[in-house]
Amino acid sequence: MGEPLPVPDPAAEEILVVEGLHTFIRSEGGIVRAVDDVSFTLRRGEILGLVGESGSGKSVTCRTLMGLMPSPPAWSIGDVRYAERPGRNLLTVGGAEMQRLRGAHLSMIFQDPMSALNPVMRVGDQIEEAVAAHARLGPRERRRHALQLLDRVGIPAASRRMRGYPHEFSGGMRQRVLIAAAIASNPKVLFADEPTTALDVIIQDQILSLLLELQRDFGMSMVLVSHDLGVIAEMCDRIAVMYAGQIVELADAVTLLTAPRHPYTISLLRSLPDTEHRSRYLPSIVGAPPQLIDIAPGCRFAPRCALAMPECQTWETELIPVAEDHLVRCWRHDDARRPTAWPDQSFA
Amino acid sequence: MNPGALLLEHFETRARRRHGRVRRHATLIVGCSVLGLVIVACVAAPLLTAYNPETLDPLRPLAPPFSPGHILGTDQFGRDIWSRILYGGRIDLLIAFGATGVTLVAGTAIGLFSGYVGGWIDSVIMRVVDLFFAFPFFVLVIAIVAMLGPSIFNMFVAIWLTSWISYARITRGHAVVTKNREYVLAAKALGYRHSRVMLRHVLPNVVSFVLIFAMVDAVGNVLLGAALGFLGLGAKPPSPEWGAMISDGQAYILSAWWLSTLPGIAIVIVGVGFSLIGDGLADVLRADG
Amino acid sequence: MARFSFIGRRLLQLIPVLFGITVITFFLLRLIPGDPALQILGQHYTAAGAVEVRHSLGLDRPLWQQYLLFLQRLFQGDLGDSITFKQSAGSVIAERLPPTLFLVAYAATLAMLVSIPAGVISALRRGGIFDQGARITTLVGFAMPPFWLGIILILIFSVHLQLFPVNGYGKTFVQHLDHLFLPAATIALGFSTIVIRTLRSSTLAALASDYVDTARVKGISRFSVLRRHVLRNAIVSVVVVFGINLAFLISGTVIVENVFGIPGVGTLLVDSVSTRDYPVVQGVTLIFAFLVVTINLVTDVVHASLDPRVALE
Repeated sequence: MGEPLPVPDPAAEEILVVEGLHTFIRSEGGIVRAVDDVSFTLRRGEILGLVGESGSGKSVTCRTLMGLMPSPPAWSIGDVRYAERPGRNLLTVGGAEMQRLRGAHLSMIFQDPMSALNPVMRVGDQIEEAVAAHARLGPRERRRHALQLLDRVGIPAASRRMRGYPHEFSGGMRQRVLIAAAIASNPKVLFADEPTTALDVIIQDQILSLLLELQRDFGMSMVLVSHDLGVIAEMCDRIAVMYAGQIVELADAVTLLTAPRHPYTISLLRSLPDTEHRSRYLPSIVGAPPQLIDIAPGCRFAPRCALAMPECQTWETELIPVAEDHLVRCWRHDDARRPTAWPDQSFA
Repeated sequence: MNPGALLLEHFETRARRRHGRVRRHATLIVGCSVLGLVIVACVAAPLLTAYNPETLDPLRPLAPPFSPGHILGTDQFGRDIWSRILYGGRIDLLIAFGATGVTLVAGTAIGLFSGYVGGWIDSVIMRVVDLFFAFPFFVLVIAIVAMLGPSIFNMFVAIWLTSWISYARITRGHAVVTKNREYVLAAKALGYRHSRVMLRHVLPNVVSFVLIFAMVDAVGNVLLGAALGFLGLGAKPPSPEWGAMISDGQAYILSAWWLSTLPGIAIVIVGVGFSLIGDGLADVLRADG
Repeated sequence: MARFSFIGRRLLQLIPVLFGITVITFFLLRLIPGDPALQILGQHYTAAGAVEVRHSLGLDRPLWQQYLLFLQRLFQGDLGDSITFKQSAGSVIAERLPPTLFLVAYAATLAMLVSIPAGVISALRRGGIFDQGARITTLVGFAMPPFWLGIILILIFSVHLQLFPVNGYGKTFVQHLDHLFLPAATIALGFSTIVIRTLRSSTLAALASDYVDTARVKGISRFSVLRRHVLRNAIVSVVVVFGINLAFLISGTVIVENVFGIPGVGTLLVDSVSTRDYPVVQGVTLIFAFLVVTINLVTDVVHASLDPRVALE
């Protein structure tokens, strides 16, 4: 585990660079702009958090990067660079190349472990399938490797449990199985789409610790998707906040959590229960995210924003660098950090 | 389901609701039109044809379609095929609605009652239902007709005795699930009579499923009636029932193919009509659900 | 181990069902309005003859005794004597059973051979030409009376094209396949309409599922995903729909036998109705019920072996 990775481009600290990613979905009502001009970089060994409400585009972003979006109704444009494949745009590589990348370079785990495992296939077979995908191994080798993986993710009595079916496992165990399958071929990048949302709180902790451990031991970079700010805060080095298909703020974790600059991020943080300053009520953000069909120009958060002004509805937004490594999609980012700019809110 | 699919489905449902009132109902409209046309044609038979289905024309037996005066030709006795199909349709449509209607009402009532009441009554009724399901339906119908004596009425009796079980099973299942829902418990707490609770609160839930199934059942009953007519166990010659017509025409299949073919097409049209209504109902009710 | 207790449980559940079948079949005869002896003897009715007939049918005893007698005879394999054929009903039925069983198996096989590719392709190329064509075909095919379809197939393939014999059963296995092809195809076409629709929707469900995504991110080939995950799950629905629509298959068999003149239990049934051969009618009903129950049991076992979640019930 201490070997330097073969790096075609030795200067690259960034393993994944996403620029101008758009994903459109054609539906009966019109074209949905599920992911709209998303750009970010993922550095080696870091955990990047993607946080936002349901429908904000975080899952679709990950699936687009993995090539999982169903191709007739959905299509994407943009520039995606992966360090191990210099000079190629991942969005335009062919199916065969994508298949080589999946599992061995890019991998993903999903939210609901019950539905993410094939109910009629033994758990051991599902792991072995992942093992065999990118390595030519004999049956005994495969089995041994699979056992090792199950062991590594903390499943007791692995050799007996391998013969079991998914419905015979608990939720936390299933998620561990999924993780084992996901890291079987030593990927460099792992997308974790709400890996703990379907689990109860105690198990959540265990799974998150496991992910941290594995990430460290295998030297993986991780994109962690969640709508739970607590989970994101615990795990991530950098955080991207998404709203209505766009990234609205991108910064390192500490900065984002302590000194956010986008009104949405600020409102989001304020709606968290705060044990230190007990308020009489829990402020929540009024309204709902916009429909992504025939979307109006201008800032998408404006209808719900406490700092909104008439111009917000007409001016196109863009990500503005406000500090080193801190991007905000709001022209009022300076006002946002001043409590007096916020109408009738006590800002503690 | 993956979020992409969920997203897509969400938007498509909203789009359907906004744009698609007519489109959504398309299948239903087509089905109703087809069936409606057939019903009207058969009911208005005397207006559409001058002939009686039993009128013999010994001068012109086995005339092919588009012969003068006989648009669909005649059979071996010179009877006009078009009028036989129209009048025969009355019998087959009667089977479709009469058999299905009664079993639908009876089966639904029994199923609702059984599911709602629960307890040993429910167990007994469901045991009986399961038992009937062990028999191949068609064979049982034939056996009952055999015992009672072949006739159209006995065919109805046989279907009534055996067909209700499907409806009973469906409605009982729904009744069991629905009776523990809050609004039913609330109604009961308010002191409403059981019959009112069953009719006003449990039944509406189930109606859509039952109706969709009834359409499939109707197709089955038409085919069943025609099959029995074909076998000589239901309608008998000289009845113009479509199945009986097909049977009659078998002997002349080489020289006069239209005798057996045309009534069959009529059956298919009626069957397709019912199926489209069933599919259409499923589309309409699903979009709202 | 769970599998064996599953089969055991199902077998145990069968026993009351089997008894119930005998009860219903028994009561069938009691449906006959009026005096059965009158029906049976018809013109040859004499008082003495009537007494004899009633005695042979066991009608001169109290009901519960009749039932017990019926059961007892049943266990001995005695279904009564056929009125038209001068032999026991049981032996008549036994003679006629093989062609029917052959036909059912043949039709089921043909149906699977056609429906499985059709259903899967419809789902994979959803909305495409094949899918639309399949939907129209299944819509019309479902409404087609099997006896009518049979006649048309005879017309086209037996008479005009002379590809297949018109009726009968043949003597050797190969001849069976030849003679029974058209009848089996007739039944299969009707049955396929149901299977294709079901398979199409279960394949679509599998394609949209999370576990298919999990499989794809492992980097295995599209074909492997299809085979090991999509099809493996979709096929379960075929087994289930087969069991549910067995009645459809059987009814098709009875009708088609009559159209194609196959010496099976189906033609026996219909002929016996016309000749009022009640013991045979009763016997055939019983046999068909046992057949259905047996096939259902086999279907359940296959279902449980394909889907491990089932055995838990």
